[in-house]
Amino acid sequence: MLWPLFFLVTAIHAELCHPDAENAFKVRLSIRTALGDKAYVWDTNEEYLFRAMVAFSMRKVPSREATEISHVLLCNVTQRVSFWFVVTDPSRNHTLPAVEVQSAIRMNRNRINNAFFLNDRTLEFLRIPSTLAPPMDPSVPIWIIVFGVIFCIVIVATALLVLSGIRHRRRNNKGLPGLDDAEDKCENTITVENGIPCDPLDTKGGHINDGFLTEDERLTPL
Amino acid sequence: MESPAHVASLPEDEELQPWGSPRCPGQHPGRLEGAEYAEPGAREKARPKWGNPMQFLLICVSYAVGLGNVWRFPYLCQMYGGGSFLVPYIIMLIVEGMPLLYLELAVGQRMRQGSIGAWRTISPYLSGVGIASLVVSFLVSVYYNVINTWAVWYLFHSFQDPLPWSVCPLNGNRTGYDEECEKASSTQYFWYRKTLNISPSIQENGNVQWESALCLTLAWLIVYLCILRGTESTGKVVYFTASLPYCVLIIYLVRGLTLHGATNGLVYMFTPKIKELANPKAWINAATQIFFSLGLGCGGLIAFASYNEPSNNCQKHAIIVSIINSSTAIFSCIVTFSIYGFKATFNYENCLNKVILLLTNSFDLEDGFLTASNLEEVKDYLASTYPSKYSEVFPHIRNCSLESELNTAVQGTGLAFIVYTEAIKNMEVSQLWSVLYFFMLLTLGMGSMVGTGTAILTPLTDSKVISSYLPKEAISGLVCLVNCAIGMLFTMEAGNYWFDIFNDYAATLSLLLIVLVETIAVCYVYGLKRFESDLQAMTGHALNWYWKAMWAFVSPVLIVGLFIFYLSDYILTGTLQYQAWDATQGHVVTKDYPPYALAVIGLLVASSTMCIPLVALGTFVKRHFRKK
Repeated sequence: MLWPLFFLVTAIHAELCHPDAENAFKVRLSIRTALGDKAYVWDTNEEYLFRAMVAFSMRKVPSREATEISHVLLCNVTQRVSFWFVVTDPSRNHTLPAVEVQSAIRMNRNRINNAFFLNDRTLEFLRIPSTLAPPMDPSVPIWIIVFGVIFCIVIVATALLVLSGIRHRRRNNKGLPGLDDAEDKCENTITVENGIPCDPLDTKGGHINDGFLTEDERLTPL
Repeated sequence: MESPAHVASLPEDEELQPWGSPRCPGQHPGRLEGAEYAEPGAREKARPKWGNPMQFLLICVSYAVGLGNVWRFPYLCQMYGGGSFLVPYIIMLIVEGMPLLYLELAVGQRMRQGSIGAWRTISPYLSGVGIASLVVSFLVSVYYNVINTWAVWYLFHSFQDPLPWSVCPLNGNRTGYDEECEKASSTQYFWYRKTLNISPSIQENGNVQWESALCLTLAWLIVYLCILRGTESTGKVVYFTASLPYCVLIIYLVRGLTLHGATNGLVYMFTPKIKELANPKAWINAATQIFFSLGLGCGGLIAFASYNEPSNNCQKHAIIVSIINSSTAIFSCIVTFSIYGFKATFNYENCLNKVILLLTNSFDLEDGFLTASNLEEVKDYLASTYPSKYSEVFPHIRNCSLESELNTAVQGTGLAFIVYTEAIKNMEVSQLWSVLYFFMLLTLGMGSMVGTGTAILTPLTDSKVISSYLPKEAISGLVCLVNCAIGMLFTMEAGNYWFDIFNDYAATLSLLLIVLVETIAVCYVYGLKRFESDLQAMTGHALNWYWKAMWAFVSPVLIVGLFIFYLSDYILTGTLQYQAWDATQGHVVTKDYPPYALAVIGLLVASSTMCIPLVALGTFVKRHFRKK
């Protein structure tokens, strides 16, 4: 008695869910790539969880709150792990439109990924593009902050150097107004001839020998 | 031609002072510093000096070691035979680099003036050489600081997570990435679109990019800060700009050698390809690299040496600086190739993974079954078992080859801002490596900029006319302001194309001509024997026959050879072309320069080279009229 029913159900199942069926989506998982050694085995329990997640996503759609786990059909599970799934309506005669399923999955993609410890790349829904996370966009770009800091430091340092130079020059000008020129030139210059300095006598620090020169007797008195 | 005694005379037009001037009663013989050698009755002007000889050495190193060592030498090494390129490089260093460097330092130290005054002292007809050096330095400083602008831009952008050039921005409806970024790569996109915002061709100028303009202003402010006090400030800054790049290079060497796949790059680079030694291009490129890398002919080296003590042993310094310059190039080559190896291995493994994924998905194989080791056998198995399906998939399978990844030789801004950033984004703690790297680029560039700035300022501050009206700070400020204003041209959308024009043509031919005239002037106009006796009296060491032979014969011949090569290269190529970025395809395309760009190129070359004959002619005419 139950056998015909069973065959009927499987027949309907096969009719609604097969590769490239209408409103069917292919799913591909790369568990070993994502988890490495901690990879779990894909068995019927995991399939049950998947169907539950899809049913959960559909229940969030306003007109489809009555979706049950049994309405989600899986088929053609391969070793990859990949399979096809469809979502049927409560009467189990037609499948729900692809657009609805697509938008429902997109809305809850994150929850589905997390249930399996995977991400958008390792749990792929072919033909359902994922919404990419927008990059963090602070109100003031970070580079302008750094630029502002460095700019202010450089301006302050330049201003200090320029001002100290001006002050130094002003102090020099104030200190020695007239003699500045001659003093400056003479301080560092040496009159040289043939490599020998012309003034070996240190006349600044030396003494005048009065024995040789007296102002009074410059001219022989009459 | 005037008599030698008059020619080699006095700086500017100093009058001959009689013996024992009455105006200066207090002269201290003790104030003679070193073996002061001067012409009879000459009066020496007070000249600023370096704080100690180390500062002189460091500024020469900082000036010579620049971006060319980091981004041009590894490219040449790769193109011309890897390890075997070192042979022509070292030979050219000994035959061309050291003699010419020593010549410039000796001239500067002997004449104790900037480039214009020094050459005017040798012969008034030759002051055009000094003016040509000044013009070339000016042109170089205009475009070189744009590189610092980009380094600053990337440096400031390194303080974010994730690095902005590691991810593509999203497209309009957030379902995928931006189209241009998909076609190219995220690093290329960040360089061409976000940094340069480049236009498709040189004719479309576009607007000034305010972000680049800000960074350019900051770069010029930093340069002004470093040179505004002359040797006083420059001498302190070079301790930093000369040593920091080495610290970063050592850190990168250690990090680079420990990266996965670095040995691939190093083995590739150091396996010598002896055949390349027979290629004349290898020798020519070695010669040009040594020549331009040392900064000869710009007037910078003459300016630095002019602030030296006359007794300074510049021969020793010349040898040290040229050896340091070349060793830095080789050292950064090692670093670059370990990074190349890492990047190539990373890309190769990515390529393999893509092929594995494609096959796994097409044939629904178990995830993790296909690995790099069994890939070939499984491919054969699949080809035999499912021939029809395999032939469908086959066109999409890329041939992954490590060799072809390593073969992509890049130089210049492409190496620094695209290839290196691509490698950095894959390292752990990429922000740290990025900050270190761009800080190193910035200090390398700043070191060269400070040297170029000194090369421009020294003749200007030496000139009596200008320095009597304006103080040193104002002259430097004006120079920086003018350069910054002209540099805004390079921040426009077509700016990078103009940058390439300046980079390729502003300095190349002109410097060769300038150095050629310099060598001939010292050896044949001033007289090699006279110069030799000057140097001996000044430093106390006799001049080795090797330098004399090089200066008199070998170096001029080499430079003439390089000159002929460049000219023939330009003539044979026909129309000059440039690489333009095509946003729709995501790679560069080759285009021809429009006529006005060619005119600008001609103007750039002529503005410096024509100075020499024009000034000589002008001096001749002036003297002719004076005699009348």
